[in-house]
Amino acid sequence: MCVHADAQRSLQASGQKAYMSTASPTLISKRAVIDWLGIAPFMLFALLFLIIPTLYLVTGAFLTPDGSFTFKNIGDLFTPSILSAYWISIRISIASSIGGALIGFFLAWAIVLGGVPTWIRSGLLTFSGVASNFAGVPLAFAFLATLGRTGLVTVFLREWFGFNLYSTGFNLLSFFGLTITYMYFQIPLMVLILTPALDGLKKEWREASEILGASTWQYWRMVALPILWPSLLGTTLLLFANAFGAIATAYALTGSSLNIVPILLYAQIRGDVLHNPNLGYALALGMIVITGISNVLYIWLRMRAERWQK
Amino acid sequence: MKAQRLGAWIAIAIGASYFIIPLLGTLEFSLRMRRGEYSFDAYRSVFSDLQFRETFGYSMMMAVLTIVFGMLLVVPTAYWVRLRLPQVRPIIEFITLLPLVIPAIVIVFGYLRLYNSSSWIPLTGSISGTNALLMFSYMTLSLPYMYRAVDTAMRAIDVRTLTEAAESLGAKWPTILFRCIFPNVMSGVLSGAFITFAIVMGEFTMAALLNRPAFGPYLQLVGANKAYEPSALAVIAFAITWLSMGLIQLVSRIQKSAPAKA
Repeated sequence: MCVHADAQRSLQASGQKAYMSTASPTLISKRAVIDWLGIAPFMLFALLFLIIPTLYLVTGAFLTPDGSFTFKNIGDLFTPSILSAYWISIRISIASSIGGALIGFFLAWAIVLGGVPTWIRSGLLTFSGVASNFAGVPLAFAFLATLGRTGLVTVFLREWFGFNLYSTGFNLLSFFGLTITYMYFQIPLMVLILTPALDGLKKEWREASEILGASTWQYWRMVALPILWPSLLGTTLLLFANAFGAIATAYALTGSSLNIVPILLYAQIRGDVLHNPNLGYALALGMIVITGISNVLYIWLRMRAERWQK
Repeated sequence: MKAQRLGAWIAIAIGASYFIIPLLGTLEFSLRMRRGEYSFDAYRSVFSDLQFRETFGYSMMMAVLTIVFGMLLVVPTAYWVRLRLPQVRPIIEFITLLPLVIPAIVIVFGYLRLYNSSSWIPLTGSISGTNALLMFSYMTLSLPYMYRAVDTAMRAIDVRTLTEAAESLGAKWPTILFRCIFPNVMSGVLSGAFITFAIVMGEFTMAALLNRPAFGPYLQLVGANKAYEPSALAVIAFAITWLSMGLIQLVSRIQKSAPAKA
């Protein structure tokens, strides 16, 4: 087996060498041009529909309506009404990402290391694939039908336990309501990303720590969690960005009563509610910066996490 | 060990109820339209709505177009990068991840400003132009999923050997691409296609802001105006998502059991 693999590797290496030497020096430049032409359609697409539109907004954020450079739009973001929109968006995103990450982690742990039957594992993973994509408007409907004023759970609690959910101050169309609704797609996403990471915890590490006399707690604290934390933290950041950019669920659930950034931006695009197009660009820039930072950190943490998954 | 298993079951129970109760709630609510008894009235009302059929058909067509054009863009690019330009892989991968970084609403905001009727490419000036722009926006949204699905499938085959084998048998580029590479990454193409389908069918932001009669804005409209129909629509939407994901599972399973055709 081992010999075979070695032979294959050396064959591959020599094949690669031969492949490289076929390109004679005179052909290199022509070949390089063809090489780059191959990805030209993709690059053109990315420029036209991803990069230039975004750059347009980013530069617009630093311009006055008549086209001269200014920082005023950025400064205007720090007015109470816009700041409060950012603040509530950030709070909802943090709450739903941490909640989603915690429950998702325990679910992933349960199916990987908890010793439950394999059909539960495959069932949960399949379901997670579905539920992580079940967002947007229908998700809002589902939670309205469940936890709305006449929803299943609300009615059930009232008629069977005499417990009026809405008299406790609970309201689905609020910070808390939106958070638990978002968690419906956050938890599955965490399960999907974390399961491979937990699978990557080698049995040998556990055995080695047990032989050295470590308790389960010590194993987790000193071996497993230090390996897992980039995945855990990174995925939480990904969930954060995921919630921060989402609009359809919130819009269908609350209309425009909950003043989160995407809904404010939606209203701005529709009808210039800020009375300054360039302030709208700055609002968009603020969103890009926040989701951008969390994603860059996520990618960096992921690269760290992958060190252990080889 | 026992405590661990108990904890696992508790976690599963909590997770399962969190996942299942909203679905049950939606299903139950959708059957409640007739007073005092369960009926399918809400579904009947939905299916007889002309607007439902029109928007559903529109989004379906958009999904198919997005998948076809998306794959024509993604598969050759992923192939080329693996074969000839491995050094630009990180850049391409970075670009394909951008749609996850930049919120959809920001991207469409840029489109509206860049392609309005008084710009150098006035796409939003005509209906067909706006349709095209909407399709491009869906391609952008699904890019991370499509690229990843195709690239993963491509990792499993030896692109270089396949290409050399095809070349030595005298195949030209279109033959290599469509008769050799595409069939071999079919599992990736199909899973990318199904996830794109699920995304496009439910998408709201892009279609609403580009003012196109798609299924997502229709859902929102019904939600704002009716009581029981939204639940019926949510059940239908969930079924669509479930179907798409189920097909992905099926495809990857078939692919695993079938021997590779080269």
